[in-house]
Amino acid sequence: MRRGWGLLAALALLGCTAPPTLLAPPPPPQRSGFADMGAATQAMQREDGANPAMLWVQDGQQLWGQAPAAQSKACASCHGEVVSLRGVAARYPAWDTLLQRPVNLGNRINLCRQRHQGQPAWPAEHASLLGLEALVGLQSRGLPIAPPADPRLEPFRERGAALFSQRIGQFDLSCAICHDQLAGGRLAGVTIPQGQANGYPLYRLEWQDLGSLPRRIRNCMTGVRAQPLPAHSVEMVELELHLARRALGMAVETPAVRP
Amino acid sequence: MARVLIQMPSRARRGEVIEVRATIAHPMETGFRPGADGRPVARNILQRFNCRYNGELVFSVELHPAISANPYLSFYTVATDSGTLELEWLGENGFRQLERRALQVT
Repeated sequence: MRRGWGLLAALALLGCTAPPTLLAPPPPPQRSGFADMGAATQAMQREDGANPAMLWVQDGQQLWGQAPAAQSKACASCHGEVVSLRGVAARYPAWDTLLQRPVNLGNRINLCRQRHQGQPAWPAEHASLLGLEALVGLQSRGLPIAPPADPRLEPFRERGAALFSQRIGQFDLSCAICHDQLAGGRLAGVTIPQGQANGYPLYRLEWQDLGSLPRRIRNCMTGVRAQPLPAHSVEMVELELHLARRALGMAVETPAVRP
Repeated sequence: MARVLIQMPSRARRGEVIEVRATIAHPMETGFRPGADGRPVARNILQRFNCRYNGELVFSVELHPAISANPYLSFYTVATDSGTLELEWLGENGFRQLERRALQVT
């Protein structure tokens, strides 16, 4: 035990003396949170019949085909079969020309809803929004995460990386301290995951609900007793941009199951 | 209309043991949890699950507040005759969900 703490201290010291450059990729190898789960939870994710997230996907499928109001179009009227969106979720967040800023998949669905369907945006974590997000994400399952090499995204991505290593909250911890430096260690009997965002929206057993990446991040921020970022803020998308680059090449697991 | 996921074979040999797996979207609110206003959220759980095979009850469950949201049930039955399996969830506030699945026995 004592030796373990010594090692942790040494690692922390190393981290202090040689701060990793903000833009460097994470220390390989990347490890999905899937690998740290129990066998029963893994089985839940592997099998669509046992994965509760599929309830939301079913919902999404229905929403995809039906127009939200009599005079507006359904998703399917423009996009056709949802299979045509294969690979889309793997490259989000992406640039939105009208807003002149990056948006995540949830924002994109809401924007589409406002611009082309004439409907009000869904609030964060709305079941219908999550359903469509999960449905679109499912089309990219198994594909490598491929953030776009769009130069307009770079400044946002860099701010996201800075935010990732920024100490926050009463615990004075940054994302990087736990999920880069101490990943694989233990926190109260639980393995600290690398925090790879490769399966969102996912069904979290603790929530007993499907949740988006912003919800998870806000959860973590409350955990370190910081003021959580608003779900629809630009900072949140910046953080997501950094997380996408961090998970570059990992297989999409959407909709994943996590404890 | 609640959302339901049911997995079972659509055809089986006579005498074969088949597995049925069913998940239903339900909050399974325990009645002990405080809501945003500090008062307990009213209990809302599923109380019973029945599975009838051609009208005969082959499996049933009593559910209680400690069971998680979106409960998943898995059970086995023997394929005897072609017909339908009726899966029925009964809950509080008059909740009832009935799903039918056909089974072809050869």
